[in-house]
Amino acid sequence: MTIPISYYLILSAFVFLTGVVGVLIRRNIIAILLSVELMLNATNINFVAFSDHLQDLGGQVFVFFALTVAAAEVAVGLAIIIALHRSGSTINVEEFNLLKW
Amino acid sequence: MLQLLFGYFAGMIAATSILVVALRNPVYSALSLLVMFFHVAGLFVILHAEFLAAVQVIVYAGAILVLYLFVVMLLNIKQDDRYHSQWRVAAFVCVPLLIEAIVLLSGGSRAITTGSRLLQTDSHGTIAADNTLAIGQTLFSTYLFPFEVASLVLLVAMIGAIVLAKRDIGESDTQSMTQPAVDE
Repeated sequence: MTIPISYYLILSAFVFLTGVVGVLIRRNIIAILLSVELMLNATNINFVAFSDHLQDLGGQVFVFFALTVAAAEVAVGLAIIIALHRSGSTINVEEFNLLKW
Repeated sequence: MLQLLFGYFAGMIAATSILVVALRNPVYSALSLLVMFFHVAGLFVILHAEFLAAVQVIVYAGAILVLYLFVVMLLNIKQDDRYHSQWRVAAFVCVPLLIEAIVLLSGGSRAITTGSRLLQTDSHGTIAADNTLAIGQTLFSTYLFPFEVASLVLLVAMIGAIVLAKRDIGESDTQSMTQPAVDE
């Protein structure tokens, strides 16, 4: 009565694609970071599903490390957003062209 | 029963992940992401990863999302948030990926399930009844060096966040001492 792993993979792929679409179509930089969180959670679902499927704890440990990296990404990303907002007083990504040739 | 729970969690995860992208107000996006984190934690409980479910609720929902909401409310974002002009690129990238995923998962799921049980004899140990104990033993024996590297990553991120967010204050202090009449 277990759930086949392909269901988890379909769910994970769907959430990951939603995150990719969000990164590409949103203009608000905070919404873009939230979409990155969506993608990280999709990979976490994948890791835990395979960890249960293969009866191997390595997947769960990797989710732990992915969580660490997500926390670091959020801290640095939000600090960058605050610095950008101070300098330009906007968080619309189409107005950030400082590094564009 | 398990199928019913999985269906509920998967449906709610899919719906809230769409809401995260579709809602205009970033506060609503963050709150629907909060709902999604709780349902992902429920999915982890189904998958016998109780420790990760607790960590998901505490770290993601408790720490990371509060940080997001704090920044959203600090920056006082305007409501006018249209979609990015490269949505055609998004469609061009994501529709083939979606089709590929559907094709691969419909055709290749049998190959995954048949070749899976061969990998059980691994050095990491099988999943025990006490999930937290097993993760702790694996984390501090096999993955000890990555664990230390992760702590270093957190330290660097902390220093980086402080430096990035604090630099303007220091500069404006020194500027106000040297040239006080600069208007922004």
